[in-house]
Amino acid sequence: MRRIPLSALIGLVITAAYLLAALFAPLIAPYGMADVVGGVWEPSSSQFWLGTDGIGRDVLTRMIYGGQTTIAVALAATILSFTTGSILGFTAAVVGGWVDQLLSRFIDLVMAIPTLIFALVVLSVMPVTMLTLILVMGLLDSTRVFRLARAVAVDIAVMDYVEAARLRGERRGWIIFREILPNALSPLVAEMGMRFIFQVLFISTLSFLGLGVQPPLADWGGIVKENKDGIVYGIPAALYPAIAIATLAISVNLVADWILNRTTSLKGGRNG
Amino acid sequence: MAEALLEIRDLKIEATSYPPGERPRDVVLVDGVSLTLQKGRVLGLIGESGAGKSTIGLSAMAYGRGGVRLTGGTIRLRGDEIRTASAAGLRAIRGQRVTYVAQSAAAAFNPAKKLMEQVIETTLLHGLASRTEAEARAVALFAKLGLPNPDTFGQRFPHQVSGGQLQRAMTAMALCPKPDLVIFDEPTTALDVTTQIDVLAAIKEAIRDTGVGALYITHDLAVVAQVSDDIMVLRHGKMVEYGSVDQIINAPREAYTQALISVRQMEHPEKPAEAPVVLSVGQVTARYRGTHFDVLKNVSVDLRAGQTLAVVGESGSGKSTLARAITGLLPPRSGTIRFAGRELSRDLAGRSKDDLRELQMIYQMADVAMNPRHTVGQIIGRPLEFYFGLKGAAKQTRIQQLLDEIEMGRGFADRYPAELSGGQKQRVCIARALAAKPRLIICDEVTSALDPLVADGILKLLLDLQKVEGVAYLFITHDLATVKAIADSIAVMYRGAVVRYGAKSDVLAPPYDDYTDLLLSSVPEMRLGWLEEVIASRRMESAGN
Repeated sequence: MRRIPLSALIGLVITAAYLLAALFAPLIAPYGMADVVGGVWEPSSSQFWLGTDGIGRDVLTRMIYGGQTTIAVALAATILSFTTGSILGFTAAVVGGWVDQLLSRFIDLVMAIPTLIFALVVLSVMPVTMLTLILVMGLLDSTRVFRLARAVAVDIAVMDYVEAARLRGERRGWIIFREILPNALSPLVAEMGMRFIFQVLFISTLSFLGLGVQPPLADWGGIVKENKDGIVYGIPAALYPAIAIATLAISVNLVADWILNRTTSLKGGRNG
Repeated sequence: MAEALLEIRDLKIEATSYPPGERPRDVVLVDGVSLTLQKGRVLGLIGESGAGKSTIGLSAMAYGRGGVRLTGGTIRLRGDEIRTASAAGLRAIRGQRVTYVAQSAAAAFNPAKKLMEQVIETTLLHGLASRTEAEARAVALFAKLGLPNPDTFGQRFPHQVSGGQLQRAMTAMALCPKPDLVIFDEPTTALDVTTQIDVLAAIKEAIRDTGVGALYITHDLAVVAQVSDDIMVLRHGKMVEYGSVDQIINAPREAYTQALISVRQMEHPEKPAEAPVVLSVGQVTARYRGTHFDVLKNVSVDLRAGQTLAVVGESGSGKSTLARAITGLLPPRSGTIRFAGRELSRDLAGRSKDDLRELQMIYQMADVAMNPRHTVGQIIGRPLEFYFGLKGAAKQTRIQQLLDEIEMGRGFADRYPAELSGGQKQRVCIARALAAKPRLIICDEVTSALDPLVADGILKLLLDLQKVEGVAYLFITHDLATVKAIADSIAVMYRGAVVRYGAKSDVLAPPYDDYTDLLLSSVPEMRLGWLEEVIASRRMESAGN
């Protein structure tokens, strides 16, 4: 590790804090996740740092456990969307012809339907489990990754070194993973930070609408939903998830920017 | 003596370099260069890439490209110091007293505007003439530069005229404001040789008639010898030699200048046509998908084992397409390709691993022919692993052997392409091709992007390797000096067909057909007065007109 710029350092520290909090939630959280420990909507105090929620649970505890669920689901969905999206996108770019046409037009079709509506329809007919949530979110988002990956790969696929590999007789797998992927990584990594945050917002939206993470499990969107009526009475419980999402979004993108800068150096991406 | 038009003293130019993984540091691009240019004279600035010639040229309008800073010395234009001039002062100089002609006219013109608009733009902007006056001036310049239909030429869009014409239109643009000084930055480098001549002649005449002073920047000494009065040879930002054209060409003092002059004079004795034929292209016709035009028309050539066939032609002649047809990237519509005694499948997918291994390719742009994320060792090692299953120590030994063969020392295997010079990159590409132990290597303009001295080194290496490995080359080039240096037989291509084909000694001996005559006579020769002779004795119009 060479010198890390201040912005990236801030991003790293905050992101790491969120991740650690999510990972060690049971150790950090002052109370049990679903335990009713106080009165309804108690204000901040030394006992309940962020106050209590609509049925008397500690908001800080809920936030920590909520972060765990939200980050885990968003992360899994992002990984799913990037693997499917980029593999399909690269394949479309490398194979070309009718395979490319078929994939691209199918993706256009899916993208033509508003993502949220699509998700709502699917989730309302299927049992809402963590797995279906991740699958629906990841696959829907992979359309956007597909677009990016294909565009980047089309540019790379016409380079002479890819042609040289084809003339050598290399298999498609080598061309995709060894010739194209390393050169497409920078824009994909930058996009990944962005998409992760959209996934956080997406799962929060779904939970807010009641089709996401189901109670009593905590998640950030759910916390807003459970406490939204309190806003009228000046209870800030519903605003904490918003602050959490905003800070996480900024810090993750600071890190993504830094990784992008590191990897764009054409020395194989190992220098800073 | 009258006041000098341009007088540069002890010019120092610096820039900040950002090497990956290290702290930024200042580098000196140009150091202690002094020159004087009188009105109506042409000074040629010559040197390899990185010599600082363009940087010095642009400093004549006190401009530094992309973070380049003019940090020392004086630049006087008719006695006025311009290095320290204010922004407003510079605005009055640029495009009015000093103008610029760039290398790539195609990239310099706005494709959405008519030529006339762009040619008179600066003249109008500086309020030097009314629109009618400026347009009349432009038409006169079009006529002087030998452009077709000068009255209506300006009504065309950039894509409607040829590259040579566009370059002349840019010259008209530069001359339109009646400047004191014009900077020509490699104006003919991107053009075909036969077009280059017309542009050179037009530029030379226009300079003489308008009486402007000019800085002519190029890497080609033969070209600069035709248009300049004086020449300054530059290397690594320092002056090597400065003198009249006559002195530099006929009596160079410095060793570096002598090397530049003796470059491209390599001759290679032709091998007898005894060896068995390794590649036989028979009646090949090909066109690109979705088009209705044959880019290759009944092309037939043979190449003997261990020999070199040079395919010569201008851009658009189909020479690179021939390479694509042979490698299987563009399956021909008809015709046969026989290689090492067997008939090759038309498309890539139908070829065996041995077919692929024995037919390797080296590209023009070595930068994009190597994956920037692979090390030299990985690049050369892959064919070893892929074709021969070499692994571990055996592979490493072979990689080092190959690196030794291309005359690169230890420690290169762990480097990335970005850490190599242009010549080294091309050497690594050669090693990658050799690693497959091929019978034939297709070399597509492999020396065109390199500086002359470096290109000479590559050609020598290729010849040496041919002796040792017995590999045959199909050498695609537009440069006849390269052909003389390396070929055993030659095929001249024009508009998709082979117009002349045979042993080198036959092809390069009269009587010539019209096209070969045009091509041969267009290669700049390093002597004074060559340009005028050629223009006077031409039989055929160049394709660019």
